[in-house]
Amino acid sequence: MILRPSDMGASAIARARTLSPGSFGAPFLQRVQRWLLGGAFFILTAYCLVLFEMSPLRLWDGFGKLVQVVGQMFPPTAKGAALDYAYAMLQTVAMAFLGTVIAAVLAVPLGFACARNMVPRWIVRFVFRRSSDVLRGVDQLVWALIFVRAVGLGPLAGILAIIIADTGTLAKLYSEAIENIDRKAIEGVRASGADPVQTMRFGVLPQVLPIMLSNVLYIFESNTRSATILGIVGAGGIGFFLADRIRTMLWEEACFILLMILATVYVIDWMSQRLRARITGAESTPALH
Amino acid sequence: MVATASGLDAVRAFEASWRILRKRKRWLTAAYGVVFAIALVASAWVGEFDLLKLAQGLPRIHEYVAKTLPVLTVANFWGDLSEWFYGLPRWLTLLWETILIAYIATLLGTLGALAMCFHASRNLARGKASFWVARRVFEIARTIPELVFALIFVFAFGIGPLAGILAIAIHSMGGSGKLFAEAVENIDMKPVDGLRATGANWVQTIRFAVLPQVLPNFTSFSLWRFEINVRSASIIGFVGAGGIGQEFYTAISRLYYEDISALIILMVATVILIDMACERIRHRLIGKEGFA
Repeated sequence: MILRPSDMGASAIARARTLSPGSFGAPFLQRVQRWLLGGAFFILTAYCLVLFEMSPLRLWDGFGKLVQVVGQMFPPTAKGAALDYAYAMLQTVAMAFLGTVIAAVLAVPLGFACARNMVPRWIVRFVFRRSSDVLRGVDQLVWALIFVRAVGLGPLAGILAIIIADTGTLAKLYSEAIENIDRKAIEGVRASGADPVQTMRFGVLPQVLPIMLSNVLYIFESNTRSATILGIVGAGGIGFFLADRIRTMLWEEACFILLMILATVYVIDWMSQRLRARITGAESTPALH
Repeated sequence: MVATASGLDAVRAFEASWRILRKRKRWLTAAYGVVFAIALVASAWVGEFDLLKLAQGLPRIHEYVAKTLPVLTVANFWGDLSEWFYGLPRWLTLLWETILIAYIATLLGTLGALAMCFHASRNLARGKASFWVARRVFEIARTIPELVFALIFVFAFGIGPLAGILAIAIHSMGGSGKLFAEAVENIDMKPVDGLRATGANWVQTIRFAVLPQVLPNFTSFSLWRFEINVRSASIIGFVGAGGIGQEFYTAISRLYYEDISALIILMVATVILIDMACERIRHRLIGKEGFA
C-alpha cells in the first residue's frame, strides 16, 4: 500500500495505526517501564539532595567563598621556594616513572596467567584474576597510606603504592591484549617447527608488545596525575607542599604549584602521545579498567 | 648472462641497503635504551628508591599486614567474625553514602560535560572563543585531581559530603567532557546538514541530529565514570569530604588494625559488585542499541 499526502485522511491514519502501532509510539509496557525508571532516578536524586543538604543557600555561600579564594590565587607566586617546588615536582614524575616501569614488568607474568588462551585451567585463571581485581579495587592512595605506616614517610611508600595498584590494572589490560591475539600467527610459527619459547617470541610477542607498551604509556600518563596527590598522605612528591599550602591558606603559592602540575602533565601527555603514535602506528586510547 | 649479472647487482644493492637500515635501527634502539636507562637511574635517585631501605621495609609490610588480620578460630568462627565486623551497620551506612556521593557527582559531572561538550568539539563549535574556553575548562578540570579540589572545597563549603560531591563532579566533568567531545567529533555529519537545511537552529540540530547518534556512547561513558567515581568517593574522606574514607583514615591513624582489613574487604567488595553491575547494564545497552 502506498500512502500519498493527498489521501492521508483520518481514516487512513487510523488504519495505519492499527497496521503498525510501533511507529506511533512505544508499546504501553515499555512506556510504563520508562516512567518507572525515570521516577526512580528522580526520587534517588531528590533523596541525595536532601541527605547531603545541597540547599541553594549553602551552595551560594560556598561559591561566594570560592570566588574569594580564586581571587586570592592571583598573581601566583612561589615566594622564593620555586626550586623546592620544582624538585618535588621532579620527584613526583620520577615516582610515577619508576612505579610504572616496575609495575609493567611485574604485570607480565600476571597478565599471561589471567589470559584465557594461555592458561586453560579455569581455577588457576580465576585465582589470578581475582587477586589482580583486589590489587586494582583498592585505590592507590589507600595503598600509600598503608605503606607510609610500614616503610615510613617519603617517596618509597608512594612508589610501592603505584607498583601495587598498577600491577593489577596492567595485568588486566595485558590479559585482554593477549586474549585478542590472532591464532593464525602462532599456528604458523608452530608449524615451522618452533619450540614453545620460539612460539612465544615470534608468534605471540610481536602481536601483543605494541599494545602492552601503549597501555604502559597510558598508565604512566595517568600516574603522573595521581602521583601529585600521594604527597597528601606523606608518600612523597609535590602533594605534600600543595596540601600544606591549601591548608594554611597560602593561595598564591597553591596556585603556583597547581600551574606547575598543569604544565608538567601537559608536557608528559604530549611526549607520551607522540611515543604512543610511533609505537602503534596510530593514535589510540585503550579503555582503562 | 647480462640479465643475471644485473639481477645479482640488484640483490647486492638490496642487501647493502638492508644492512644499513638494520644498523641504523640497532643504533636507534640502543640510543633509546641508553636514554631509558639514564631516566630509570635518575628516577631511582630522585625518588629515593633505596634497595636497602626496601629490604628493611618489606618485613615490616608483612608485619603490618599480619597485624591487620584478625584471629579466626574454628571453634568460635561466627563470634570472631562478628567481632571483626563489629561496626558493620555503621560501615554499611557509610558505604551507602559513598555510593550516593558517587551517583550524584556522576550526575552533576555528566550534566556539566553534556552542556559543554558540543562547544568543545571541532565540528560543532560555535566560535573560536567558546571552543577554546570549553577545551581549557575540561583540561584543567581533569588534570587537577579530585582530592585537590576536595581540599579547596572543604575550605569553601565546610567539612562534609558536599565538598566531596562537587570535587568529584568537577573532575569527572573534565574527564567525561573530553570523551563526549571526541564522540561528537566522530559522528556522521549528514543528519546535521539535513537539519540545518530545514532551518533548524543550533540547539535543535544538536537535539535531533547529534544526540541520537551519541547518546548510547554517552550512557556507556557515564556508567564507566560512575565506576571510577565510586573509587574516588571512597578516598575523598581522607581530607574530610565525606564517605567511608574518613572512617578508614581514622582506623589507620589510630591503629585500629582489624578495622583496616575489614574496611578494605568491604570497599573492594563494593567496587567489584558495582563494576559487575555496570558491565551488565552496558552489555544490555550494547545488545539493544547495537553499538560497540
